[in-house]
Amino acid sequence: MIATGQTLKAVEEVKGRSLWVDARRRLLKNRAAVASIVILALVALLAVLAPLLSSYAYDDVNYDIISCAPNWWPAEAACRAPGHIFGTDAVGRDLFVRVLFGARVSLAVGLVATLVSLLIGVLYGAVAGYIGGRTDALMMRIVDILYSLPFIFFVIILMVMFDRNFILLFVAIGAVEWLTMARIVRGQTLSLKQKEFIEAARAGGVSPLGIITRHVIPNVVGPVMVYVTLTVPGVILTESFLSFLGLGIQEPLTSWGVLISDGADQMETAPWMLLFPALFMAVTLFCFNYVGDGLRDALDPKDR
Amino acid sequence: MSALLEITNLNVHFALADGDVHAVKDASLSIQESECLGVVGESGSGKSQLFLAAFGLLAANGHATGSVKYRGEEILGAPPRRLNALRGGAVTMIFQDPLTSLTPHMKIGAQITEALMLHRKISRAEALTRAREMLDYVRIPESARRLRQYPHELSGGMRQRVMIAMATITGPDLIIADEPTTALDVTVQAQILEILRALKTDKKTAIAMVSHDMGVIAGLADRVQVMRHGEIVESGSADEIFYAPRHAYTRMLLDSIPKADEMPSPVTAIGAPLLTVDDLKVTFPVKDKGLFGKTRLLRAVDGISFILHQGETLGVVGESGCGKSTLARAVLQLLPKSGGRVVWLGRDLDAQTQSDIRKLREDFQIVFQDPLASLDPRMPVGVSIAEPLKALEPHLSRETVRDRVRAIMSRVGLEPGWINRYPHELSGGQNQRVGLARAMIVGPKMLVCDEAVSALDVSIQAQIVELIRDLQAETGLALIFISHDLSVVRRLSHRVMVLYLGRVVELAPSAALYSAPRHPYTRALLSAVLTPDPRAERLRKRELLTGDLPSPLDPRAQLTFLKSKLGLKSRPDGPEYRPKLEQVAPDHFVAEHD
Repeated sequence: MIATGQTLKAVEEVKGRSLWVDARRRLLKNRAAVASIVILALVALLAVLAPLLSSYAYDDVNYDIISCAPNWWPAEAACRAPGHIFGTDAVGRDLFVRVLFGARVSLAVGLVATLVSLLIGVLYGAVAGYIGGRTDALMMRIVDILYSLPFIFFVIILMVMFDRNFILLFVAIGAVEWLTMARIVRGQTLSLKQKEFIEAARAGGVSPLGIITRHVIPNVVGPVMVYVTLTVPGVILTESFLSFLGLGIQEPLTSWGVLISDGADQMETAPWMLLFPALFMAVTLFCFNYVGDGLRDALDPKDR
Repeated sequence: MSALLEITNLNVHFALADGDVHAVKDASLSIQESECLGVVGESGSGKSQLFLAAFGLLAANGHATGSVKYRGEEILGAPPRRLNALRGGAVTMIFQDPLTSLTPHMKIGAQITEALMLHRKISRAEALTRAREMLDYVRIPESARRLRQYPHELSGGMRQRVMIAMATITGPDLIIADEPTTALDVTVQAQILEILRALKTDKKTAIAMVSHDMGVIAGLADRVQVMRHGEIVESGSADEIFYAPRHAYTRMLLDSIPKADEMPSPVTAIGAPLLTVDDLKVTFPVKDKGLFGKTRLLRAVDGISFILHQGETLGVVGESGCGKSTLARAVLQLLPKSGGRVVWLGRDLDAQTQSDIRKLREDFQIVFQDPLASLDPRMPVGVSIAEPLKALEPHLSRETVRDRVRAIMSRVGLEPGWINRYPHELSGGQNQRVGLARAMIVGPKMLVCDEAVSALDVSIQAQIVELIRDLQAETGLALIFISHDLSVVRRLSHRVMVLYLGRVVELAPSAALYSAPRHPYTRALLSAVLTPDPRAERLRKRELLTGDLPSPLDPRAQLTFLKSKLGLKSRPDGPEYRPKLEQVAPDHFVAEHD
C-alpha cells in the first residue's frame, strides 16, 4: 500500500526536514499557486521596469489625443492614438505607463501594509493570547480603543501633523489593519493553548518565546492566510478610497484605485480607461487569493 | 425460528480521495429474539460501520451491498420512510458519547418523548408519564426534575442512562449498543451494564453489543463475533470464544488483557527518596452564574502527600474528576499549586525560579493520554522528539541531537527513518511511542504517565506497557503511573494510591491493595473491574456504588464514606471535617470510613 512506499522513501531520505522545507516543496507542487506567483512576479517586474518599457513618461500631457482609443481597439472610437497600446486618458497621458506606475503604488501599499499588519498583528495576538490573564485583558483593551477611533479622522490628523506624505499612507492603513489580525490570532491562540502539545512543550522545557514561535504561530497560519488574502485587496481598495478623498496619492502620481475610479466616470465613452487598470487589479487579486490558498494548504501537513 | 436480524455477506465501501476503502468484508451474522450478541474488535475493525450500514446510516461516501433482513424483511436499501419507521421504534441505538448524541438545546423530557410520540400515537402528557417511568427504570434519581433539565446539567453516566431510557421507551426488539460504556468511569460502567443486563432479562430485548473491551462483552453476551480489518474472524458462543478461542487474533486479544498474577519489574535499587510531595493542594476558582455570582473554590487536589523512591512505580487510580491529572501537573510544575510543598532531590521547587525549573525538567518528564493531541500536528515527529533536547541542552551540536533522536527512536521501537513523518501519518500506538521517545530523550529520573495507554487498543496497550517496563528496568526510572484502569496499574505498580475527590483514600503496596482492600471505595472500584471470564462474570455479585460521583464543589462530598462525621466541624465556623489517613499495616494507609 501507500505505507510501504513511504517507508522505502523515508529510509532513503534520512536527512531531517522542517515544516518550512516541506511547505515550500508542497507549495511548488500546487500549479495554481505557482502560476499565480509567476504572474505576480511579472506584474511586479513590469511595474519596476515601467520607465524603460514605454517612450512616454507617466505625466506627459498631450492635449491632441485626449481620451483616444489604442490603434487595435476593435470597437468604434472617437479618435485613435497610435503608439499608445492602452490608449490615453482624459488629459492625453499614456495609459499603459500609468497603469504600470499605478501598480507600483497599489502593490507597495497592498504588500507593505499587509506585511506590517501581519507582523504586528500575529506577534501581538499570539503574545496576548499565550500569556493570558491581565496582560491579555490590557493588550486587548488597547486594541479595542484603537478600533474605536474613526479611521478617516485618524488619517486626517496624521496628514495635518506630518504633512501629506506617501509613507503616512502605509502607517495609516497598517495601523488599522493589524487590529483585526491581532484579534483573530489571539482567539486562535487561546484555543491552541489548551492543546496537549503545548503542555508537552512546556513539560519539555521549551521557553514561552519558543512555544509562541515554534508551536503557536505555525498553527495559526490557516486562518491568518485566509485573512491575509482578504486584506491585500482590502488595503488596495482602502488606498483608492483615501486617494479619492484627496488624502492618498496625488496627481500626477497614480494608483489602480485612482485609475479605476477615473475610468468608471468615462466608462461609456472610453471603456479602455476602466478596462485595463481593472484587468490588472482583478488578475493581481486573483493571484493573491490562489497564493494564499496554496500557502495555507502547504503549511498543513495533513494535506500532503 | 427465524432470526430477528439476519445479515448476510454485507460489504461496506468508502470512497475516499486516496481510493476505495473496504471497511466491512463479507460479514454475516444473525441475532435471535432476546439474545445478546457481542461484537468485539479493535479500532478500525469496521464493527460500528457494520451496524450503521445495516440500518442505512452510513456517511454519504459509504456504500453497502449484501443483504440485511429484519424479521425476514429486506431492509438494506429500503426507502427512508420504512427505515425511519423501524429506527427509533423497533430497533434503537445507543452510542458511545452520550453528550454528542443528545441535542444540547432540548430538555431531557422532550428528547425522550420525541421518539415515543413519533412511533406510538399517544398524548404528550401520557408520553411524559412514560418517560418518567423509564427514567426510574434506569435508576435516575429525582426523575421528575430531570425531565426539565438540559443534557449539560447531567453527568456522563446519567446522560448514558437517559440514552438507554430513550432507546428502551418505544419497546424495541433490538438495541444496538455501540461502545456504550467506553467513555464512562469503571464504577458507572458497572451500573450501566447492570441496567442492560436487566433489560435483557426483564424485557426480553435483544442487544447487539459492540465493544473493544472483552470484559464488557464477557458479562453480557450469549454469542460473540470477533472482527478484524472488516472481517469476522471468529464467531461462537461466549464460552467457546473465551475458553477455547480458535483464531490466533482472538487468542491475542485475550492474552493482551492484564492478568492478575503479573508482577511489576523489581525495584532496581531503592535509593534516597526522589520526590517528596507534602500536603499538596490545587484549587480552581469557579464562578457561579450571573453578574454577581459567588466565586467558590474547587479543590481539585486537596492535601495529598507521598514519597516516590528511585526505580519505584507509584500507581495512581481514581475516576474522572478525582484530581489525578491535576496532581501530575502540579507535581511537574505545569500548574500553580495553592498549598503544600513539592521537594525534588532535596530542593524545594517553590524556591526555584521559572528558569531554574525549566532546567530541572531534564529530570522529570511526562507522557500524555492522547498520543495525537500531544504532538504538534505541524511538526515532523523527529523535530518533536528533538525538542526537549534542544531546549534543555542547547549546546549540543546538530549531529549529536540527530544521533540521539535516532538512538531513542530505535529504542522505543520506531524506524529511525520516520523522522520526517507527521503525527497523522502514524498510528495511535506509534504516536505514543513518539511521545515516550520525546520524554525519554533527555534521560529523566522520573516519568509521569498520565493515562498514557488509555486511548490505545488492548493489544497496543500491552506492548506500550511492556516497553515502559523495559525502559524502567534499564534506566532505574521512577514512574508515576496514572490510570482509571486498575488492571493496567496493577501490572506496573509497586505501590498504588487510590484517589477520591482530590484526597487519598488508600495507599498500599500493590499486592496488599488488590488482595485485601480496606476502604469501601477501593473495594467498589475493584469490584467494578471486568474480567474476560463469562462464567465468573455471570455469577459475580458486585459491590456497586449507587449514583454518580458527588460534585467536588460540595463540601460534604468528602464524607460520602464517613457519614457519621457529617456535620461535624473542627471549629464552629471551620471547614468541613476531612477523613484522616490511618496506618493499618506497614506501608498501608487507609482513610477513615464507616
